[in-house]
Amino acid sequence: MGSDFYLEIIISNNSSKPIYEQISSQIKALVMSGKLQPGDPIPSMRSLAKMIHVSVITVQRAYEDLQRDGFIETTVGRGSFISAHHRNVIHEEHRRKMHEHLRLAVEAARMSGTTLDELTRLLVMCYGEDCQ
Amino acid sequence: MKYSLEVSNLTKAYPGSDFRLDNVSFAVPQGSIMGFVGENGSGKTTTISCILNTLKPDSGVIKIFGEEMTEERTDIRDHIGVVFDAINFPEALTANKLASVFKDIYRHWDGGLFQHLLQRLQVPADTRIKDLSRGMTMKLATAVALSHGAKLLLLDEATSGLDPVVREEMLDLFLEFVEDEEHSILISSHITSDLEKIADYITFIHNGRIILTEDKDTLLYQYGIARCTADQFQSLDKSEYLSSRKRGFQVDVLISDKESFSRQHRDITVDNTTIDEIMLLLVKGDQ
Repeated sequence: MGSDFYLEIIISNNSSKPIYEQISSQIKALVMSGKLQPGDPIPSMRSLAKMIHVSVITVQRAYEDLQRDGFIETTVGRGSFISAHHRNVIHEEHRRKMHEHLRLAVEAARMSGTTLDELTRLLVMCYGEDCQ
Repeated sequence: MKYSLEVSNLTKAYPGSDFRLDNVSFAVPQGSIMGFVGENGSGKTTTISCILNTLKPDSGVIKIFGEEMTEERTDIRDHIGVVFDAINFPEALTANKLASVFKDIYRHWDGGLFQHLLQRLQVPADTRIKDLSRGMTMKLATAVALSHGAKLLLLDEATSGLDPVVREEMLDLFLEFVEDEEHSILISSHITSDLEKIADYITFIHNGRIILTEDKDTLLYQYGIARCTADQFQSLDKSEYLSSRKRGFQVDVLISDKESFSRQHRDITVDNTTIDEIMLLLVKGDQ
């Protein structure tokens, strides 16, 4: 059961990230990179737990988070699927990431007494670098 | 929530001994694995024996699959698989002979599944049990427990004394077993790293009393150990921690929410914790 799904998830036992977060963030990454498409089935909680050798409750928590964030949908009897409305969700997720990193940058700027102007210049420079 | 096993207010005293099970209550939700943790002599085996009705409790109620377990309910017992630390199979029998005995004892014996498990676990079917290694005997016992239509497994130190490779094989089997969401496991073990891998919930027992039942992920990711200096410890309020233990110059403090604790006390180092460490602090520490 469940062996027809191939879900590339790597679990690290030494990561400071909880295992349920490792699972949910990797499934999110697979969706964002397009490796998982809307409508694609994902393994049931119990078969994924067995596959990657973790407890059911850990996978359950990961799936609950994914569902809350709109990445997956679960239908009773049919299992879990990548949500069809995920384009907005991906956009949201990217925004959330940007916000998080920018917030860190602002924190570092404040600590070092960098002005908003200087920080903005830095941002423009970084954006330009990536474009090339 | 549906429960496969409910233990309520279980009490059992032994004549001539100070030890007693004292009002033990806990429940194993259907489809889950509950780790049962405590020192030697804390009451794990007594509890499991009461569940199996091999020991008569003084008081308390045990419900299995929602129905009360009594001496007459052998039909319920058919659906409980058991693996104990000490295996009592007749030593002169082979696995194959054992199978022909169990075929007549268990109403739901699945001979095909048993053979499949023997092959998968590489247990020799025609070697007498007394000539099997401990690892082999435990694998055989697990194969038996899984082959008679059990929906609840009671495992008492079933993996103790086994090497990591055999334990991994057993853990695989247990995770496979709960792939069916009607199946559940109560597993006692001193090898808490095994429980950290597969258990959904952990129940701690000490001196015949249940001292904590919690979601495993909550224990591992939300609980923590604060490493305090004596002064820092003095500044804490008793309501902020569960237990404390002095170790040289430092005081280790068990806390149930490391994030909120760290917000309150930015200068105190807070570590992630393990089931072993939680048990040590609950058992040896001051509450």
